[in-house]
Amino acid sequence: MANGEAIINLEGVELTLASGAGPVHILRGIDLSVARGEALGIVGPSGSGKSTLMAVMSGIEQVSAGRVIVDGLDLAGEDEDRLALHRRERIGIVLQSFHLIPTMTALENVAVPLELAGRRDAFARAEEELAAVGLAHRLEHYPAQLSGGEQQRVALARALAPDPVLLFADEPTGNLDHATGATIIDLMFALHRERETTLVLVTHDPALAARCGRILHMCDGRIMRAEAAAGTAARQKATAP
Amino acid sequence: MRAWSHSPRLPVILRLALRELREGVRGFRIFLACLILGVAAIAGVGSLASALIAGMTEEGQALLAGDAELRLLQREIDDTARAWLEARGTVSQSLRLRTNGFAPQSGERTLVEMRAVDGLYPFYGELRLRPAMRLADALARRDGRWGVVVDPALAERLSIGIGDTLRLGKADFEVRARIAHEPDRANLGFQLGPSAIVAWEAVPATGLVTFGSLTNYHYKIRLDDGVALSDWQADLKAAFPEAGWRIRTRDTAAPGIRAFVDRMGTFLLLVGLTALTVGGVGVGNAVRAYLDRRTDTIATLKILGAPGSTVFAVYLLAVMLLALLAVAIGLAAGAALPGVLAALWGDALPVPARFGIHAEPLAVATLYGLLITVVFTAWPLGQARDVPAARLFRKMVAPTRHRPRPAYVVLAAAASGLVVAAAIALSDQRALTAGFAVAAMLALALLRAAGWALERLAARVPRPRHPGLRMAIANLHRPGAATGPVVVSLGLGLTLFAALALVEGNMNREVAERLPDRAPAFFFVDIQPDQYADFVATAQAIPGVRNLVTVPSLRGRITHVKGVPADEVTPDPGSAWVLHGDRGLSYAREIPEGNALLAGEWWPPDYDGPPLVSFSAEEAHGLGLDVGDEITVSVLGRSITATVASLRDVEWGTFGFNFVILFDPHTLAAAPHGHMATLEAEGEAERRAYRTLTDRFPNVTAVRMREVLASVNSLLDQIGTAVRATAIVTILAGILVLAGAMSAGYHHRLYDAAIMKVLGAVRRDVLTSFAVECAVLGLLTGIVGLVLGGLAGWIVVKEVMELDFMLFPGTMALTVGLSVSATLAFGLLGTWTALAVRPAAVLRTA
Repeated sequence: MANGEAIINLEGVELTLASGAGPVHILRGIDLSVARGEALGIVGPSGSGKSTLMAVMSGIEQVSAGRVIVDGLDLAGEDEDRLALHRRERIGIVLQSFHLIPTMTALENVAVPLELAGRRDAFARAEEELAAVGLAHRLEHYPAQLSGGEQQRVALARALAPDPVLLFADEPTGNLDHATGATIIDLMFALHRERETTLVLVTHDPALAARCGRILHMCDGRIMRAEAAAGTAARQKATAP
Repeated sequence: MRAWSHSPRLPVILRLALRELREGVRGFRIFLACLILGVAAIAGVGSLASALIAGMTEEGQALLAGDAELRLLQREIDDTARAWLEARGTVSQSLRLRTNGFAPQSGERTLVEMRAVDGLYPFYGELRLRPAMRLADALARRDGRWGVVVDPALAERLSIGIGDTLRLGKADFEVRARIAHEPDRANLGFQLGPSAIVAWEAVPATGLVTFGSLTNYHYKIRLDDGVALSDWQADLKAAFPEAGWRIRTRDTAAPGIRAFVDRMGTFLLLVGLTALTVGGVGVGNAVRAYLDRRTDTIATLKILGAPGSTVFAVYLLAVMLLALLAVAIGLAAGAALPGVLAALWGDALPVPARFGIHAEPLAVATLYGLLITVVFTAWPLGQARDVPAARLFRKMVAPTRHRPRPAYVVLAAAASGLVVAAAIALSDQRALTAGFAVAAMLALALLRAAGWALERLAARVPRPRHPGLRMAIANLHRPGAATGPVVVSLGLGLTLFAALALVEGNMNREVAERLPDRAPAFFFVDIQPDQYADFVATAQAIPGVRNLVTVPSLRGRITHVKGVPADEVTPDPGSAWVLHGDRGLSYAREIPEGNALLAGEWWPPDYDGPPLVSFSAEEAHGLGLDVGDEITVSVLGRSITATVASLRDVEWGTFGFNFVILFDPHTLAAAPHGHMATLEAEGEAERRAYRTLTDRFPNVTAVRMREVLASVNSLLDQIGTAVRATAIVTILAGILVLAGAMSAGYHHRLYDAAIMKVLGAVRRDVLTSFAVECAVLGLLTGIVGLVLGGLAGWIVVKEVMELDFMLFPGTMALTVGLSVSATLAFGLLGTWTALAVRPAAVLRTA
């Protein structure tokens, strides 16, 4: 599925945050290239910087040094609004805590990014996406009326609704029981295959990471090693250092 | 429910804002209450003023009892003018003078405003009597006695009833009825005494209208059909350019009350605006707390591709929609206020009010409500705009409060500027409004600084040994402490309350205690030339009478200033009154006591040259006059052109005789004129002087200062009540903000209480700690409010009113007491449930 063309290029990425106890180095000298259509798993212990690395690639976090080129745009130095527009057009994100908007129904949650993009068919598209994740019967339910698994499926539908070229998922099963988590992951990989979306998956779970084509192991803000996995994208060549 | 909030026809920010509001008003109760209160106060005050003004305009004919009225002092209208008026309408004549009424049965006497009316009065409106009867019957001569109808206050003061005798001048009248409603009462302005109405034909019998007596002649006109009032007025002015009468029409009836309603309306509107500003602090706090709760949603929106400007617009719109709801409720309450007041105290209103929806005050209240919302929410909304999407990843990092982008600071500043500009532009009292705005902004800045200083101080005071006290002090300066908002909001209300209470207290003290000590016991007016010597001798012979002062008294009207007709002169507003109608004139050989010569020279005692005048310096400057300039004064129909020989400093605050214009003794001595007199007497001597002089000189009017000051005092009391009521609205707004700030700290309290209990504290310890925190906050806020209010009161009393300033311990205690009780009540109300909570339950969820 990956065609070898890099959609993400990171060069010498550093991220340091100020804190009361002095500067904290979160990412150190990251070089990474992700091919279009690839599925990349990022694993590592808590505090290793994997979520931050995902945040950097999705334009949520700004780097202190280095270059971050995502789908042709150098994210370093772009302001928040430009990055938001970039995400709106190219990127879908699924987070561990779902982060659905509590005052909106499932349908409205999925429609929001489309509405923000000015799509007149926002609700029709959202309905299709919810049907694709098996929630056609839950359109008018509020997040509080949905189970954890259903909420994560809504989040997945929301991330995929604008047809992003990149899908980031940060511990998408972290708040779900094993069976529900497995359903979500199956769904996510199925959609990734079907739509040829580039997938970056952050997880603690080596078995989950193994479903990706390539796995990055992170520790202390650094990529310690990269390995090809046996997953669906395993045939693709890893280009990480 | 595929609702309208999905419709692509609605802008996306509106769709998102509407969805944001689905949780309802939970969490916005203080926001709504603050706005509703402020908007209702402004809309209520404005609606009441509009209802009164509209009532006066609509009922203008009844208020004037005619289409127009000409008023002349000391002279009747001449035949030419009467013929002119009668050619265009019907003329009703009446007169009005002050005299002393005496009730032989009770032996009581008092000052009376006597009106004599003809059979045509009133053209419009209705004069109602109790018992009900026709006015003509009530006033008619029966069995050789004229009838009189009296104000119930006069009947009470003189202890007279129906059938009793009221002596006015030399005539005894039979009291036939009490006045239940006098249609043109409001048009008469401030009255020193209650009314008595007699028949025009009965006046000669009283002997009160003599040469030079201060009699006002009123000519009410009912225009013939087809005569337009404006044309009539223009023609009248053209036909009699120098007539010297004062014209009132049905459109300008009751000018005194109009001006009063305008001024009080402006002032109370400013107080209402202050209440709204105080409430604005609560609005800002509520929105800040709301946005803090929505941080995740904001970060999520950003992750989904919403730029900061969209986030700002969505939440601004949500806040403004809530503000509109509050404004609508506030407008409904404000619009209903005049009706409620009328239902409760309708009879006490001096003029008919036209109740209904008055668009202008409601529009003004809406404008202020929305602008104040923007002023106090632009900052937190601007901060929310910059909530980073990364918030969802890095929650462990405490949210940092940063200054919003300059555009949002400018927005808040511009909205504040617009509030001030609108207040000034919409006010007839621009200087007052501007002064009030500056004072309010200064007070806000000082209160903010005081709140900041108190937090710093609390952080620096030595830690008490008692853990409860230590926590109480710490709570005053911990992050998110209520100190800042409470000092600003409750402090502003208390500042206004203290300032108004001190101004009112000092004014009351001046009128009720200090003036009576300095003022003479009586003013006597209309002493006829042939009575003068007898009057002086009689007065001086009364034991206990001191300091009898007499001055010649004439009336005259300035017709030209430096050769320019008076109605073409544009004087300073403060001096314009000098040109309005007849003014008291006198002449003097020596410079009067208490006057100081500032420019020019006083005439020699035996001066007999061309006419000279000495002018009050302040008014001369207002008219652009200087020594050597000429003015023309019309005295008794004769025009006298005189040169300004000197300028005097006149102290108007003294109770002596003060005249703007004093002539040289030679020019006016030959003109027929009466005298005025003052004298001092106390206790029995005062009563004896009153009795003796009014008995012996029934045409001379004795104005008893005690009665005048009582009238002024009761007027001040009524104004004071209205002002206090509005000031209390401001304090209420402050208390709402206080309640909001306290409830915002509720979870913190819950946690504190749980920790203290875990550490072995009993409920009393917890309660004491919270009580100390609230009491200290209330005490400090009260003191700050008192200091600022005292300062404002001192400036108004000392600098504006030029009176001595005094602090009243009662007012000071009340201000601080209010503050402490409010903070204690609302602080402990929120703590009570915290006390009952089990520590485990709190700590599990903490």
